[in-house]
Order: sequence, then C-alpha cells, then structure tokens
Amino acid sequence: MSNEHGNYLTNPKGIWSWLTTVDHKRIGLMYLLFVAISFALGGIFAMLLRLELFFPGQQFFTAKEYNQLFTLHGAVMVFLFIIPSIPATLGNFFLPIMIGAKDVAFPKLNLASLYIYVFGAIFCLASIFLGAVDTGWTFYTPYSTTTDTSVVTMTMGAFILGFSSILTGVNFIVTIHKMRTKGMGWFRMPLFVWSLYATAVIQVLATPVLGITLFLLILETTVGVGIFDPVLGGDPVLFQHFFWFYSHPAVYIMILPAMGIMSELVTTFCKRNIFGYRFVAYSSIAIAIIAFLVWGHHLFVSGQSDYAAMIFSLLTFLVGIPSGIKVFNWMATMYQGSIELKTPFLYFLSFIFLFSIGGFTGIMLASLSLDVYFHDTYFVVAHFHYVMMGGTVIAFLGGLHYWWPKMFGKMYSEFWARIACLFIFVGFNMVFFTQFLLGAKGMPRRYYNYLDQFQPLHAFSTVGTWVLGAGFFIMLFYMLHSLFRGQRAPQNPWGGLTLEWQTSTPPSVHNFDETPIVTGGPYDYGKEDAHV
Amino acid sequence: MKTEKLVGHGWFPQAATDAASGPDSLFYFIYILSIILFIGILFALGYFLVKYKRSPKNMQATGQLIHHPLLEVAWTVIPFILVMIIFAWGYRDFLKMSIPPVDAMELRITGKKWLWQIEYPRYGVKTVGEFVVPVDTPIKLIMSSEDVIHSFFLPNFRVKRDVIPNRYTRIWFQANREGVFQVFCTEYCGAGHSEMLATLRVVSNEEFKEWLKVGSSGGDIPLPQLGEKVYTKYACNTCHSIDGKTGVGPTWKGLYGANRVTESGSVKADDNYIRESIINPNAKLVKGYSPVMPSFAGLLSDREIDAVIEFIKAQK
Repeated sequence: MSNEHGNYLTNPKGIWSWLTTVDHKRIGLMYLLFVAISFALGGIFAMLLRLELFFPGQQFFTAKEYNQLFTLHGAVMVFLFIIPSIPATLGNFFLPIMIGAKDVAFPKLNLASLYIYVFGAIFCLASIFLGAVDTGWTFYTPYSTTTDTSVVTMTMGAFILGFSSILTGVNFIVTIHKMRTKGMGWFRMPLFVWSLYATAVIQVLATPVLGITLFLLILETTVGVGIFDPVLGGDPVLFQHFFWFYSHPAVYIMILPAMGIMSELVTTFCKRNIFGYRFVAYSSIAIAIIAFLVWGHHLFVSGQSDYAAMIFSLLTFLVGIPSGIKVFNWMATMYQGSIELKTPFLYFLSFIFLFSIGGFTGIMLASLSLDVYFHDTYFVVAHFHYVMMGGTVIAFLGGLHYWWPKMFGKMYSEFWARIACLFIFVGFNMVFFTQFLLGAKGMPRRYYNYLDQFQPLHAFSTVGTWVLGAGFFIMLFYMLHSLFRGQRAPQNPWGGLTLEWQTSTPPSVHNFDETPIVTGGPYDYGKEDAHV
Repeated sequence: MKTEKLVGHGWFPQAATDAASGPDSLFYFIYILSIILFIGILFALGYFLVKYKRSPKNMQATGQLIHHPLLEVAWTVIPFILVMIIFAWGYRDFLKMSIPPVDAMELRITGKKWLWQIEYPRYGVKTVGEFVVPVDTPIKLIMSSEDVIHSFFLPNFRVKRDVIPNRYTRIWFQANREGVFQVFCTEYCGAGHSEMLATLRVVSNEEFKEWLKVGSSGGDIPLPQLGEKVYTKYACNTCHSIDGKTGVGPTWKGLYGANRVTESGSVKADDNYIRESIINPNAKLVKGYSPVMPSFAGLLSDREIDAVIEFIKAQK
C-alpha cells in the first residue's frame, strides 16, 4: 500500500533521520527497542538471582552481590521497563492514529522525552559500575542513606526518567483533548485511548512527588540535610509515605494501559462491541483518582496509626472493585461473539487467568490482619508479579502481537508465537505460584540465604525461570525472523474497526492520506456502515 | 531442641496462639470464595470459547449485547458486600492483635545489624538471638532499632511489626503451647539480612523461672564449648566464618596470634586485641572491612568474652 508520502519506516532514510525524527511512530519504535533491551537486562538479573536461590547458602554470588542483583532487577524493571512500556511504545505509536491525528500535540517534546529517557537510563546503568545499589528498588531510608553503594547515581537516574514520564503524560493529555479528528467524540474513542488518558493524568500528578522524594534523598546523602535519617533528626517512615504516594499510583500507570489493550483485543477477536463501554471508560478515570488514596497499604506494619490503616484498607478494597468489574465486562463481551483464537487472544486469555489470581491475592493483602502476616514475604512478591507481569507484561505482549503487522508491515509465525505464549504462561506460573506457597509458609523476601526446608519450593521456582526464559527466546527469534523474512501483512489482518486498521500498512508518514471523519463508535461490529 | 518446621502444615505454619484463628479463617474464607469465582471464570471462558468459536457458520457475532442492568448490578453489588465483610473481619482481628492486654509481660527488643537483642526489664535479664517466654502469658514486645529499619516476624504467631530507629513500635502475642519457634527479620537491612534470625522458646512457667535464674548465664560449661555457643547464639557466625571464608567480617580461622593490618598500622590479634574488638569493634578495624559491627559491651559477660577468645584460639 504505497502512497504519496511512502511508509514511515523508509521515508526518509538514514540513521540521522531516525535520531532527529519527530514522528510519533518512529519515536514509539525507538522506545520499543530500549524498553525491550531493559526488559532483557532485568530478566537476566532475575534469572541470575533465582539461580543463586536454587540452594540455600552461597552458590555463585556473595550476599552483597545478590542484594545488588535483586535491586537492579527491580529498579530496571520498574523505572526503565514497565513504566514506559505500554504508553511510550504502543501508546506513542497508536494514540494519534486511533483518534485520527497526524501526530501528538507536541512532536518535538515527544522526541525530548525519548532523549531524557535515554539520559536517565545512562545514569541508572552507570550506577551498576559505580558500586551497584543494594537497597532494593524502594530505597528505604535510613539504609539507603548509609550504604556505601551508588544510591545517588541510581536515584538521579530515576529522577531524570521521571521527567520523561511527565512530559509524555502532558503530551498525551493535550493530544487527546485537542487533536481528535472530526466526529471523534469522547465516547467514540477506543478504550485504549481512555486508558492512556487516565494513565497520563497519574503520570503528571504523581511523578513530581517521586522527583521531590528522590531529590530530598539525594540532598540528605550528599549535603546531610536531615529529612529521613533519625541521626540527623529526620523520620525514616516519612520516606515510605512519600515514596508510596508516587509508587502506588505508579502501579496504575503500569496496569491501566494494559487494561486498555484488553478492551481492544476482546472486541476485535470476538467481532463484538464492548460490553459496558462507559463503565470501562469511566472506571479507568475512577481508578486513577482512588489510586492516589491507597498508598498507606504498603505501611500496615510500619507503625502508622491503626485508624490510618483502617482507612487505607477500606479504600484499597474500593479500588479493587472497578478492576474486577472490568474483567466481567471483557468476559461478557465474548458472549455471542465470533471468537478467533489467534496469538493476541491467547494473551487476552492468559491475562484473565493471571490477573484474576493477582486480584484474589490482592484482596487477601488488603485485609489488615492477613497483610500483617504476608507483608514482606514471598506472598507479596508473587502477588505483584501476577499483577505486573501476569497483567501488564502479558497485555503488552498481546498488544505487541496485535499491532505488530501494522507497525512493521510483516506477519510473524503464528505457530511459534503460540508455542512461546504457552512457555511463558507455564513458566510464569511455575515461578510465581510457587512463591505464594513459600510466602504463606513464612519465607521473607529479599533473603540471600534461607532455611533448608524451603529448598524444594525455591528450586522449583528457579526451574520455572528457565521455561519462562525459553519462551522469550523463542519470541526473540520469530520476531526477528518476521522483521527480515516475514510475510507481508495485509492492511487489516484481524478485521479491526478502529482507525489504525483503516490506514495503510505500515502507516504513511502522516498516518492518513485523507483526514478521517468518524461517524460511529469504535467497536460497531454488526452494523453494516461501521464508521469512517 | 529443634526449631519447629514451618512447612508441612497446609498453607500456613502451625499456629502457636489462639489469635491465629482470626487471620487463618479469614484467609480460608477468601480462598474458598476465590476458588468458586475462579472456577466460574474458567468455566465461562471455556464455554464461550467452544460455543462462540469462529467457524464458517459463525463468521459474525450473533448478538451485540452491551448492557444487562440486572447482571451489572449483581456483579457490582455482590463483590462490594463481600469485600466489606472481608474488610471488617480483617480490621477486627488487626485491632485485637494491635492492642495488648494491660497485664502483659513487657520485653524490650532491639534490632541491629544483624542480631536481635531481648531484654527482660522486670527481671534484669538480657539475651541475644534466643528468647524464652512462659506459655499462656500475654507478652508485649516494645521494639526499636539502633541502625536501619528491621522487622520482627513470628510466623507461628502471625505477628510482624517494623522495628524503627528513634521510635518505639509494639506487638503482643500469647502462646498456647510450648515449643521452639522461628523469628525472621522481614525488612531488608543489608548483607546479613537473611541471617538476622532468632528463636523463641515457649516453656512452662516453672521452666521459665528456672531459666531466669541460670539459663541466661553460661553456668559450668567449659570455656571453648561456651564460646561455641556464644558464636551462634550472638550471631557472630553471620559475619565471621570459622572455615576461612571471607564474610562481612574477617574469618576466625587462624586469627589468633596473627598480625592484623589496620588503617593506622599493624597489630597482633592477642587476647587484649580480641577483647577490645568485641567491646569497641571500630577501635582497630582491619583494612578492607566496613565499620558495621555493633559493640557487645554489656551484652556478653566477662566469662563469655573469655569463652569467645578460647573458641577463636581453637580455630587454627
């Protein structure tokens, strides 16, 4: 499908044209590359630390090296991978196309976000060589202000990455408000766009708090201003409040876009209008607001007042309900559909399975008396991996397989994609379901050494990482194969109705040859004159 | 006596307190509800996948249902009621576990890298790494840290609370049976975090009184054996190996009589040097090691210090 401008991948040509591009699609792809590298790096750290835990006692690493490994795994996965993952890659690429725009509202700012991300990432990676951080990704004081590792470099990196996140958020909010094409009313927007909107609101409002917190931490470590360290007259628990005031909403920065992808997958692969469009759209916003009021559930055992704990527990239960209802909505959308079991839909099903388990265990952790027991055990580790990896990463993979043909104009091997999905699903459950059992039996997290009685479970979990890793390796190979040898993708391989499927593949430089005019909802399956 | 195993009793370690029935039964309540709901979800997914699979006969969706008021009200209201029950249940037991009875026996817990120190103010007794309490007696722990944040976790009692510098936190429990139970540190605190363990021994009232009299001192054990006991009890083994491996601190193997290189010169590791290093660890710090060892002044009796010296002597 050529046209007057040619497709965005080859026009214009040359490395320099990529480095200076303001095309949201190219920026999205470059983010995809960096995010994928970060994921591989974080994954390698994870596999190494699981290897160390195969047996109790010292195997390959010293205690300090192990502590550095789990810190780097967490920090890289959170700050470099999962926060930018969906919004900066798939969001950047498809948000403007889905609302019929030529680009985001501030294309140059978009490129600036990418460079700020790279700059921040350099700090984070440099910290590995300057005495890798051993504080855990949460940087709890006063441990973080007294350790001799490079906390300042790493937090400086996270501080810089925060600006990238804020600027992307601002850009998306303005784009959604101002750049919608003719006829694209708020309630005709695809739900992925709604979820990106809610995400952007959190990015803009919460990230500055992290910035301030990390900045205060840097002030304390370098200049000795007493804010968190009791020796200097500070309060260490204050840091935890500040930190989670950002980092809990950040959990929703991670999961909301994933939920948006789920809505796109279920409608396209069932040929169905979404069940309860308005509820799904509004609940993203509701979740984004309540998300700011639940941070205290990370502090149930930290000595905050019992009444504060009560309120935080109550609000945590309330924020869980919209997420649960969304799952029901997606399932109801399958009813009377025409379901095609392609790879993206396999990821949809995996998400429902894994995210449900994450949700049920979330209810357990929101209960005060149970959280006292589970806090800082492997139970919590398993829970947030079920939500973050079983939820966000699985949905990200689903979205990637869904939009891959559009992004690159190439198909991938459906057979190998299914095999990889199976490996990832089985491996993931081996690794993390085991950790629910470990945690319930009292195994604390961040332990280099452990009691002999936990060894069989730890070993099984470690074997799971090999299955999981194999799944990602298979994916790497068929994705590379697709890029170089893949079959040409048709314009609309899955029969989607949203605007990105109506334009050429890969899209032209300006997304559309003619500005599209929208006359119906995004999922009007079953109507003969479905929009455009 | 061996510490009771945590695994092998269903989901949780075997409870040693009546209060555990609160959280345990709440867990099973949520667990059973979740399994019912999860089976429902899987069944619905499976049914839809088979029934509505795309086929030449089913190329288009046969219906486009987008609202069903009764269903939507049901799946909003029922979960809401259930989570409110769960919330109230969790809060009730949380309060019970937070508020100690007024007649509880008070113990002071101090956490520091990487050991637990327990003091019995009423009896003037102090121990490290192992503490002993009478059965069927409410015990209140008043806890604080000397360095970073730690967290005191008693799995068999379902209690845990962070131990924070410059602030007191408290927990309480009441054992309903005798036994030896595991204590973990659950707030990450550095290289020795996973070694920051302790044991809680629950004994009868008579045994407890007996222990108060003799248990806390070394008694008549020969010095090297007493030294070996101190080595594990006071968690020296967290940082100092006796097989030559370098840990957070120097190994004790071949230490006695060797020359130690410090920042300011060299010193022979004789009795006086070892004693000084126990009382004031940073006075003559061996080059290459961090000043992280806490002082054991007032924790070890003179006889116990002698015992440690004898024990080190024996590690050739």
